[in-house]
Amino acid sequence: MQIIVNAQAHEVRAQTLEAALCELGFTSPAIATALNGVFVSRAKRSDVLLTNGDRLEVLAPMQGG
Amino acid sequence: MQVYGTEITSRLLLGTAQYPAPSVLAEAITSSGTEIITLSLRRETADGDGAGFWQGLQQAGCHILPNTAGCHSVQEAVTTAHMARDLFNTAWIKLEVIGHADTLQPDVFGLVDAARILAEDGFQVFPYTTDDLVVGEKLLEAGCEVLMPWGAPIGSGQGLRNPDALRAMRAHFPNVPLIVDAGIGRPSDAAQAMELGMDAVLLNTAVAKAGDPATMGRAMALAVEAGRLGYVADLMPRRDMAVPSTPVLGLAELT
Repeated sequence: MQIIVNAQAHEVRAQTLEAALCELGFTSPAIATALNGVFVSRAKRSDVLLTNGDRLEVLAPMQGG
Repeated sequence: MQVYGTEITSRLLLGTAQYPAPSVLAEAITSSGTEIITLSLRRETADGDGAGFWQGLQQAGCHILPNTAGCHSVQEAVTTAHMARDLFNTAWIKLEVIGHADTLQPDVFGLVDAARILAEDGFQVFPYTTDDLVVGEKLLEAGCEVLMPWGAPIGSGQGLRNPDALRAMRAHFPNVPLIVDAGIGRPSDAAQAMELGMDAVLLNTAVAKAGDPATMGRAMALAVEAGRLGYVADLMPRRDMAVPSTPVLGLAELT
């Protein structure tokens, strides 16, 4: 299926958010996720099933004021 | 001072953005003596850029205050706060709900709404707000235990645009930690904020964009300390006219 990851289209085979992150190469523990604008905690990622067209945001620590 | 039960020795909070290199940021953190640094969340790339930056900063041993910079709605800010808590494992959040793209002025209505939602969810909210007393009261009612009024627009370096309003905040909220956030451009601005009785200042650009950030970090720390001591020592009142400091009694007649 195709999902939008940080505004870029990606093809993924994984069914869960957890597996998709691994497939996409987001292996760092220092990330936070939101699916279709809704926060998904670290603990819930393996429970969340993806559907075609989902919008995934993967955020990481960055400089800030 | 204490913020949300955490004892803080340094009254200077430092932002981590816009430094010319990570090593320069690390030097500025050290020279400023800050114990609280602000961070943001941005889109990660698959090569893990953010993780490297984060690992480097953890060595500084500071408390982390993640922000919701760039959020223009309650929903964006609340979601970002949840992501920050998941990522940084802290209940602290520097809550920004921006109301205007040019001035980066807080949307104080959205700010109060977001603060209430987050406080009820266990967050310890540091709201970036204006110097409006009524908004301050609403934020405290919403569950905030700290207020962060602006000194001037973010990144402007204009210093304190409205010192009288900050003085009024101090008088109106005698027991609430007040942290001036945004607008500090030079050490004298930081000292002025502290002389007004603010509990701390949060700044970023003034250090990051200085020619020598590490030295400016130290300068800001000294200014904050000097201003704080000045406030504690109780400043003399201003007078309209000159008053001789040397005794007049015993002055010779030499004409």
